[in-house]
Amino acid sequence: MAAPLRFRLALVFSVFALLSLLARSSSQDLQIANAERRIDLTSHIIKVFLTLKVENTGASPASEILLAFPPTQVDHLAVVKAAATVGKRKKKTYQPLDVNPSEQPDSPNGTKYFSVSLLKPLGKGESVTLEVFYILTHSLEPFPVEISQSESQLVYYRDSAIILSPYAIKQQTTYIKTPGTKVESYTRVDPTIHAGKELKYGPYDEQPPYSYSPIVIHFENNNPFAVVEELVREVEISHWGSIQITEHYKLVHAGARHKGIFSRVEYQSRPSISGVSSFKHILARLPPRVHSVYYRDEIGNISSSHLRTDSRKSELEIEPRYPLFGGWKATFVIGYGVPLEDFLFESSDGRRYLNFTFGCPLVETVVDKLTVKVVLPEGSKEPSAVVPFPVDQHLETSYSYLDVVGRTVVVLEKKNVVPEHSIPFQVYYNFNPIFMLAEPFMLASVFFFFFMACVAYLHIDLSIRK
Amino acid sequence: MVGKMEAVNGVKSGSNSTASTFQSAFFKPDLSLKSLKLKTKQQELLIRVSILTLVYILAFITRLFSVLRYESMIHEFDPYFNYRTTVFLTEKGFYEFWNWFDSESWYPLGRIIGGTLYPGLMVTAALIYSIIRFLRFAVHIREVCVLTAPFFASNTTIVAYFFGKELWDSGAGLVAAALIAICPGYISRSVAGSYDNEGVAIFALLLTFYLFVKAVNTGSLAWALASAFGYFYMVSAWGGYVFIINLIPLYAMVLLITGRYSMRLYVAYNCMYILGMLLAMQIRFVGFQHVQSGEHMAAMGVFFLMQVFYFLDWVKHLLSDTKLFQAFLRITVTCAVGVGAIALGVGTASGYISPWTGRFYSLLDPTYAKDHIPIIASVSEHQPTAWSSFMFDFHILLFLFPAGLYFCFKRLSDATIFIVMYGLTSMYFAGVMVRLILVATPAMCLISAIAVSATIKNLTQLVRTKSKVAHTGSTKGTTSGKASSKASLDQSLPFQRNGAIALLIGAFYLLCKYATHCTWVTSEAYSSPSIVLAARGAYGNRVIFDDYREAYFWLRQNTPPDAKVMSWWDYGYQITAMGNRTVIVDNNTWNNTHIATVGRAMSSYEDEAYEIMRSLDVDYVLVVFGGVTGYSSDDINKFLWMVRIGGGVFPVIKEPDYLVNGEYRVDKGAAPKMLNCLMYKLSYYRFGELQTEYGKPPGYDRARGVEIGNKDIKLEYLEEAFTTSNWIVRIYKVKPPNNRW
Repeated sequence: MAAPLRFRLALVFSVFALLSLLARSSSQDLQIANAERRIDLTSHIIKVFLTLKVENTGASPASEILLAFPPTQVDHLAVVKAAATVGKRKKKTYQPLDVNPSEQPDSPNGTKYFSVSLLKPLGKGESVTLEVFYILTHSLEPFPVEISQSESQLVYYRDSAIILSPYAIKQQTTYIKTPGTKVESYTRVDPTIHAGKELKYGPYDEQPPYSYSPIVIHFENNNPFAVVEELVREVEISHWGSIQITEHYKLVHAGARHKGIFSRVEYQSRPSISGVSSFKHILARLPPRVHSVYYRDEIGNISSSHLRTDSRKSELEIEPRYPLFGGWKATFVIGYGVPLEDFLFESSDGRRYLNFTFGCPLVETVVDKLTVKVVLPEGSKEPSAVVPFPVDQHLETSYSYLDVVGRTVVVLEKKNVVPEHSIPFQVYYNFNPIFMLAEPFMLASVFFFFFMACVAYLHIDLSIRK
Repeated sequence: MVGKMEAVNGVKSGSNSTASTFQSAFFKPDLSLKSLKLKTKQQELLIRVSILTLVYILAFITRLFSVLRYESMIHEFDPYFNYRTTVFLTEKGFYEFWNWFDSESWYPLGRIIGGTLYPGLMVTAALIYSIIRFLRFAVHIREVCVLTAPFFASNTTIVAYFFGKELWDSGAGLVAAALIAICPGYISRSVAGSYDNEGVAIFALLLTFYLFVKAVNTGSLAWALASAFGYFYMVSAWGGYVFIINLIPLYAMVLLITGRYSMRLYVAYNCMYILGMLLAMQIRFVGFQHVQSGEHMAAMGVFFLMQVFYFLDWVKHLLSDTKLFQAFLRITVTCAVGVGAIALGVGTASGYISPWTGRFYSLLDPTYAKDHIPIIASVSEHQPTAWSSFMFDFHILLFLFPAGLYFCFKRLSDATIFIVMYGLTSMYFAGVMVRLILVATPAMCLISAIAVSATIKNLTQLVRTKSKVAHTGSTKGTTSGKASSKASLDQSLPFQRNGAIALLIGAFYLLCKYATHCTWVTSEAYSSPSIVLAARGAYGNRVIFDDYREAYFWLRQNTPPDAKVMSWWDYGYQITAMGNRTVIVDNNTWNNTHIATVGRAMSSYEDEAYEIMRSLDVDYVLVVFGGVTGYSSDDINKFLWMVRIGGGVFPVIKEPDYLVNGEYRVDKGAAPKMLNCLMYKLSYYRFGELQTEYGKPPGYDRARGVEIGNKDIKLEYLEEAFTTSNWIVRIYKVKPPNNRW
């Protein structure tokens, strides 16, 4: 009995070993014929577009392609997306591909990987063009760390001139776009060209796998470094016709810290040179048909905001109580209601589902920690959330007006959220409409008993003496 | 006397045939009510209840102007402290609250909050909040705090109704409820957001008085007990309880002197005094003051006097010889007064009984505070009242008050004596201090209500008797004795009915005027939160200056959590509540020396001030400046008080140094010390570069209408940290000391 088991185990192990060998050999056999990288440094959210032409030179077909990132970048990576290009020229279409973090056994210097799963394995001698898009946050380091009111903000960006890849790259070029022409310094890795707002590294030929050549670019960036340290969005569903959204923000200017005096005279009279890196307004894109919008903080209403609505979108321009200089913070709350029929639907199996946007409505902001709380109506059962990217989920109970058993709250948490995360998610639940009548019935019965008590009191003589 | 009271109150009892016929006559023409087939008593009850309900609602909604016009927010200065403590109470619970040592105010001394505040308001609001939360209404504690004062104002109208009913009749009660619901004197302290002790205290005051009068009228222990609890609530809510503890003995004294001593008074007073005193001792801030403080001694004296009277009554009952009794009376009274005087003298001399406080003195002698306690005199609401503000706050009540007094004297009873005394004493206090108009308001409303009710009742009786004579000619017998005799007497007068109708229209007109005046005053004068300032822009649009909150929120978000902020004491409560930062002094002006130190720093040269600020660990200095917007209640206009208060403790600071020929100026002709003191520098720093008004030179101060005298201000030890968008609040950072090598 023992012998066959051992034999079977050995067989399983050998198969695994073979498979892993195969996988490794396939990664060795892939190579990138042509790579082009465009890094957009215009705002504090760094967008990188990578075009890779991958060829399979080995014998076995490859079903996934690895993307490598240095460990310092992985922590700041908010989004990685990949798409395969199909067709040529004008008929070119993109097919989105699955991207998942993956562990590789022999990663040099702690390199982290994401694996892109191809729709169909890449056969011998075939090639595929991949478009990879990823976003980095908190990757611009202000230097000097503290600036005064009249100075503009300079930042460092660190990366590699050569694309980090587990595959050999035959030819590659990197274009870096800066917000202005003012670049204090940059690392030269010849050939390097600086023209206007663009820095061009490359073309570099025949780079072996895991080539790395660190560069530092020191340039001016006065875009608002608006970072929401914590955002809690509460979406409260009422089947009486409205969805109430409350958003608690902790906003901070994450750029170079403000140092020394803040002079109102300078700020008012010379707006072009005074406090250029600070920001006064911030725009929130809200769904169309919003109503009862408010903007307040712990000590009351903030009177400086403008709401523009049209049929497709609503724009709320909010102005914190004071202009935000580097390191200054502002906490506030935005609340609004939207019509129920725009966001709540009934699925074919009779379940209700909420279809709502996940991310932060403020434009061009990074959210370090986003919590979305969907407060379902009292009496809802079996909630489940469908979110297109991984989030932490758990359930809570909250009590609102006239609740007896409490409302189920679906809590979704995600770190490092960028505007690209503003895509719909769904929360499914079962709900019996009879529960809608519970609270009106309670109120009515309270009044009924009150009047009954009054009638009884007026008709009963409680006095002891006659 | 009591019998007559009942005849008038017969409406309530309903068994009185006179009253019911009177009512049925009144409702005869009303067909719709008749078709409902309600009995007269029910009709009357229905009307009374609906009027009261409407008054109740009216009292609440008329106080909501500020919420509608601005937002649901806490107003003024003191309410912010109350709000902060209430939030603490709801979050941490009662015991934490009671033991709270607040290190965020009066740095470095701190303040024992639990022992230095009247907790009634906070406990009330926290209780309402927890009840509402228990009923699952998801409200914020701020909403509860904002609406506490209107809610209690509504309750006051109910108390006023019962009080009026007790004093006169239910008609007077209804009128009193309606008058007090909209009286500006009361609204000024009870609009939504004015979350101050007075908001609940007036309710407690009136309730205590009502219950006490009820106790005196009935001689019932239960009412006296209720009155003691009312007094306890009042003590827990407001320092104005001293008025009760002095007025009630005074009233008892008057009753004793006028020979109206009765068992009812004995029961009511003793029960109320003893229990009220014991209950009041439970409030830590009051403690043993009832037996140790000079202000409370009158009540104790009357208490002992009452026992002497009781004793004498008993002796009189035993002794049949009047002559002997007279002699005994003389000896006893002399002995009692003598012993009392000696006890008081010994107590005061030994320090057991504390002397009267400055505030109490300043009530009795309006000039006292001005000469001795500048910190009391500096508060605008402690100023003597101008005639115009009487007219503003009372309107027609000012004329109805004497008429009401006339009616009260005409039908003197224990209850009317009380209201007359309450009215007269509170009117005196209202004349001494602006804020005490508030205490006088209920008395004014009640006495005026008696006037209105009695007048209208007489007039309508005249009108109706005449018409009844014309219709049936047989009503003479049914009207009660006095009214019918009066009516028959008046029948001889010509145009009597027309005259009565004209007078009724006149009264109606006056009351309408009163209502419009009250609404106007509430909307225009008393509904501004004073945190947010509103002005009209150049195109008639509404401009909002939200600078205070801008600055406080900046402090809250962008300064280290342990930063100490120095400002004049007016803004202390707001900085701790909204800015959440430690302050040196605040509106609880318990330590005059500390305030004087701040005053001294503000009025010294920068280097001297720096030493003081270093010694107080000050990190930020906050000044309020209205030169850009023309906001006149800023620190420069308050500055002379800082000099006076500072100079009161530190003689280095001399008021004449800041004046030129006794005149206070900030322009070129100002005193050199003025132009270089810290307050001037902080207010006008870099103001000289700013063009405030077209056609005026830069550095033109719009609040004072002059061009400032020192435009080139250099700061050596401080730096500008933040200035709000309209320059109303300016915050400076105190620089750390220079490196010595």
